[in-house]
Amino acid sequence: MYVAVKGGERAINNAHAWLDDARRGDRDVPDLLIDQIREQLALAVDRVMAEGALYDPDLAALALKQARGDVIEAVFLIRAFRTTLPRFGTSQPVDTGAMQIIRRISATYKDAPGGQVLGPTFDYTHRLLDFGLAQTPDIATAPEAEVSTASVPHILSHLDAEGLMQREDAGGPDVPDLTRAPLEFPAERPLRLQALTRGDEGFLLSLAYSTQRGYGRNHAFVGELRIGNVRVSAFLPELGFEIEFAEIMITECESVNQFQGSKTEPAQFTRGYGLVFGQSERKAISMALVDRALRAHELGEDLDGAPAQDEEFVLSHCDNIQSSGFLEHIKLPHYVDFQAELELIRKLRRDAAAAQQAAE
Amino acid sequence: MQLTTGFANPPVDAARAFRVVLDAMAHPARIVDLPPIEAPAPCSPAAAIVLLTLVDATTPLHLAGAHDNDAIRDWVRFHLGAPLVAPQDAAFALGDWDALGPLASYPQASADYPDRSATLIVECAALSSDGVPLTGPGVQTEASLALPDIAALQANAAQFPRGLDFLFTSGAQLAALPRSTQIGGA
Amino acid sequence: MTDYNFAYLDEATKRMLRRAILKAVAIPGYQVPFSSREMPMPYGWGTGGVQVTAACLVPEDTLKVIDQGADDTTNAVSIRKFFARVAGVATTEATAQASVIQTRHRIPETPLTEGQILVFQVPIPEPLRFLEPRETETRTMHALEDYGLMQVRLYEDIAKHGEIARAYAYPVRVEGRYIMDPSPIPKFDNPKLDNSPALQLFGAGRECRIYALPPYTHVKSLDFEDYPFTASKAAGQVCAICGAEDSYLDEVITDDAGGRMFVCSDTDYCATRVAAQAEDAA
Repeated sequence: MYVAVKGGERAINNAHAWLDDARRGDRDVPDLLIDQIREQLALAVDRVMAEGALYDPDLAALALKQARGDVIEAVFLIRAFRTTLPRFGTSQPVDTGAMQIIRRISATYKDAPGGQVLGPTFDYTHRLLDFGLAQTPDIATAPEAEVSTASVPHILSHLDAEGLMQREDAGGPDVPDLTRAPLEFPAERPLRLQALTRGDEGFLLSLAYSTQRGYGRNHAFVGELRIGNVRVSAFLPELGFEIEFAEIMITECESVNQFQGSKTEPAQFTRGYGLVFGQSERKAISMALVDRALRAHELGEDLDGAPAQDEEFVLSHCDNIQSSGFLEHIKLPHYVDFQAELELIRKLRRDAAAAQQAAE
Repeated sequence: MQLTTGFANPPVDAARAFRVVLDAMAHPARIVDLPPIEAPAPCSPAAAIVLLTLVDATTPLHLAGAHDNDAIRDWVRFHLGAPLVAPQDAAFALGDWDALGPLASYPQASADYPDRSATLIVECAALSSDGVPLTGPGVQTEASLALPDIAALQANAAQFPRGLDFLFTSGAQLAALPRSTQIGGA
Repeated sequence: MTDYNFAYLDEATKRMLRRAILKAVAIPGYQVPFSSREMPMPYGWGTGGVQVTAACLVPEDTLKVIDQGADDTTNAVSIRKFFARVAGVATTEATAQASVIQTRHRIPETPLTEGQILVFQVPIPEPLRFLEPRETETRTMHALEDYGLMQVRLYEDIAKHGEIARAYAYPVRVEGRYIMDPSPIPKFDNPKLDNSPALQLFGAGRECRIYALPPYTHVKSLDFEDYPFTASKAAGQVCAICGAEDSYLDEVITDDAGGRMFVCSDTDYCATRVAAQAEDAA
């Protein structure tokens, strides 16, 4: 007699044991330390922090180890942890103008106050495999310059002083919170930016690229890209003053885009904005381009049905925890629905055959 | 300032209280019992439990009439942290029927988002099943509940899917009247 | 941190869920937006159902979890284990003994009773989504009760196939007002939605929606006068294990020569019948 498949629980336990075993791999190879991941796979750690929406390099490194290097799985671990944390308050806006810069470039000016700082970039490396890294070479310390204490003004502030940049809405104190209220359309720009900053890098990259190729083209220049540390502080009403509680690394990109102007307004440049945890410039530039594309409606531009201009399309699909979860759920059993489909298709075929027979 | 206590074991007490309120909302007019709890006068224990279970800093609360007193305001501030607001901004309101005032002054929600209407916690001298016949979702054949103002509540139900929802409280008892309930003639 | 809160979620989140559930009960069939949280299982794997269950559970509950009608499918086992751990509730496979049942894709065969809560996991809560992908559009259609597009689509099915070609997630009308997606249950289960003594709650985590059918709510599967709804299942088959003629059946392929058999999808229903038959025989 047929006996239905049993043993779901044992199967799960065994799968988990196998996963633990496979994660560790060859026991003759030393176990990977969290410090090593944090220090030597720092850009993966940064991506996990950005898309996990939690700034904690050690936890992000742990998540990468637990996820066997699967970045989206690591992001998921961080998100699921983040959601259990109590929230004590909201920080003051970070001042990116006061950033301690490790990298700062502008594509719109040859030079500007504060200078161009290449920083630790892959940009001009020749992409030749460095077989020396397969060993454990001693790496020389990079040359250091004096730390400048002067603040480095944003490039776009020079354009702004000339009245050439469109002014941004300063926003009120009541900033909506994507993690506390369900997304609602139309979404205001603060909500859009929140969704984009934790959105999937690959998705945003492709959307940004599509705008460059003509699907919602917005002619972006990288006005400025800066990476460095900023201070995070909060105002404590009980104490009556602000305290600084963290220093975090972020990447900021401001794009300069065309704006036609109108009969009543002289022409101005407009801005797309990207801000991402860690060193993550591909994501920051992508975010700026997509942010700018999503402003097409408010700026009265022609909407040509480009995906990047479609707020509902972009915001509903940019989160890789939502999309990967839903995508992968189709591997769960669906045999009840499939059975219903089987019966339906057989019946439709029977009916069609009967009708044909009757006709003959 | 003396504050009466809240839940002794919030996660479990709130869970049990919610199930009772859910049972009431799912069965309009059914009179259910909540555990006794100390509440600042004139707030009933049932109303206090509803507030502790559902209201917090994210849900603006309107205190009406005699319920708008120092003891209750302090209690709300300490246990709930809910902003105290005028009727038109309220997600929840607490008071006697007469003090709560015209229903039209509370958010009735829009056709797009009918869930965004206020829930009124109406303090009553007593709850009685000796009242008008009620039908609709949650009612198997017919139920009945004594209601304070039949015409006003009929007008509210006529707005469905928009409209207010009501929790009637007295002592440690509670009965619900969602907007979906059809109210028979007087 | 050493331990999680009762039923995993923090109290503020549970209050938010509970408010949404009450509004859902007050507006049967309407999808209440809620601020869904990231859960420790992936979106699409029951996070909506899990959040609704977490908001409803009390320590005294007895929980049953099924997937495809079965208690021992891997995802059902995983969710049941989660709640046994974080809420300390008793669990059961017996439909009649459960106070809360979380389900994916089925309604149990054993009739539900007053006081029970059935929590559905919902992937796409919007019944109009397959006609119109935009939330802004479908929200207006619900607000205006503008369901003409759905009628047209169903009628196109009839024109093309001779019947409404939907086998599961078959749309229903609730109390003559909202069109609702009953989750991907086979349409065989649709009649069980109507006038049920149990409270039925629907949670869609990724899509941030909760909706409800209070007990004794009128739920009608969409159809046309000349093409009435039928709750179909495997034609002319009975369960090969318990002999049931009235249950929904899964088809099992038994060999590579076209051999197949049919067994109850509801494993508890099937096992209960087999036990009763053994008792009768003894």
